[in-house]
Amino acid sequence: MSGEFKLKKNVLSEQQMARILRRMAGEILEHNGGVEGLMLVGIRTRGVPLAEGLAAEIERSEGHEVPIGVLDITLYRDDLSVIAPQPVVKETRLPGPVEDQTLVLCDDVLYTGRTIRAALDALTDYGRPKTVQLAVLVDRGHRELPIQADFVGRKIASDPDEVVEVRFVATDGEDKVMIMEPE
Amino acid sequence: MTQEGWSRKDLVGIADLSPQEIQLILDTAESFREVSERPIKKVPTLRGKTVVNLFFEPSTRTRSSFEIAEKRLSADSLNFSSSSSSLSKGESLIDTALNLQAMAPDLIVIRHSHPGVPHMLAARLPSGVINAGDGAHEHPTQALLDALTIVQHRGRLEGLKVSIVGDIEHSRVVRSNIYLLNKMGAEVTLAGPRTMMPVEVEKLGVKTVYTLGEAIEGADVIMMLRVQLERQSRMAFPSTREYFNLFGLTRERLKPAKRGVIIMHPGPMNRGVEIASDVADGPYSVILEQVANGVAVRMAVLYLLAGALQEAE
Repeated sequence: MSGEFKLKKNVLSEQQMARILRRMAGEILEHNGGVEGLMLVGIRTRGVPLAEGLAAEIERSEGHEVPIGVLDITLYRDDLSVIAPQPVVKETRLPGPVEDQTLVLCDDVLYTGRTIRAALDALTDYGRPKTVQLAVLVDRGHRELPIQADFVGRKIASDPDEVVEVRFVATDGEDKVMIMEPE
Repeated sequence: MTQEGWSRKDLVGIADLSPQEIQLILDTAESFREVSERPIKKVPTLRGKTVVNLFFEPSTRTRSSFEIAEKRLSADSLNFSSSSSSLSKGESLIDTALNLQAMAPDLIVIRHSHPGVPHMLAARLPSGVINAGDGAHEHPTQALLDALTIVQHRGRLEGLKVSIVGDIEHSRVVRSNIYLLNKMGAEVTLAGPRTMMPVEVEKLGVKTVYTLGEAIEGADVIMMLRVQLERQSRMAFPSTREYFNLFGLTRERLKPAKRGVIIMHPGPMNRGVEIASDVADGPYSVILEQVANGVAVRMAVLYLLAGALQEAE
């Protein structure tokens, strides 16, 4: 990210994020009628703590552990010819075969939809899940592809030149969502 | 440019790489290993990129390893080998290269019997150039796959004792390995008959010993080199049996070795010359893992170089 950004607005506090995760976990369970065949797949980097948070909430209410996978989409990006240098490739780790599973892709921010497009391509290379659903903490609009989320934490209005910064305890030491604007 | 980025268009040797660049290739390769374990062993990353494999010397494993790496990244690859092309019809190297360049490949993988050929092509052509072995000079992807294999078994390179045994003089594997292991903080000992040891090799920062026993003692890693039987006309040793008796790695000889030692070989092996079969197939041998890691390392290098080329455009 080039240039300096300053805080425009605090969007979610730690407490609000906790409530949202509880609600989203409930929605996922209600929509799928329980945890049977459910697998949460976090997109690196900040989809992973979201998946972990949702899994913890689901386990708390159902008493069942939900398997979590980690997806690295670098090799499937459509902008490898535009960005430089090459992003660092990290490992993809799925807890088991995806055949006939109900996959919930988790990502922190839904924006252009290109990350999700890449994630769907990546998942296809691992097999044929029964369904793939999408859970995002923040939907900030400005889609460039026909992709929508099934479970949304908070819809927010943002300008394309702004940055939505999501922080998780696991990756950044605190739970918080902010909108940053160019200085 | 971020600190951990890759900006070179070519990989011609280990000599000019920084420890950070070596680490980046190893980390990237570790991620690529997973691709080869999937049911569908292919990712679309290098779709539309053309890679030319230009082999002026016979090679089966290195060339097929590069080819598999290219295919798993969805690149289009094209093979030229010396027996089947104008390479054997007297065309000069530069003319061959310029002709290839006219077809606009993104990357060229080259093996040649003369040291420095990849460097010359890299300086003249806009394509990225990967050295797949130039004479007895360098073979960077082999050293990288060896390093990846060592790290997987020992968790690190720093502080490890690595002994390389055999025909030091004619091995391109040795030089790249010395550069890499020294840069990453490992200690290298070379062992072999005096007739196969280059003079003043200690200047590269290595220890030399002339018996197998000294090479085995205290080593974390023992790397056996192939005895190049086709070069035996030089009479570097009286007979292969004598070589085996003095420098062949056997189970008996390994007895005083350090616990957890790993045995490596760049291949192709001469069983019963530099290594006994029960060692090659034994519990300390990681020889087949080296082959699997070769594909991951080459995928990582192709991926990183392709990105650097884009940056230059």
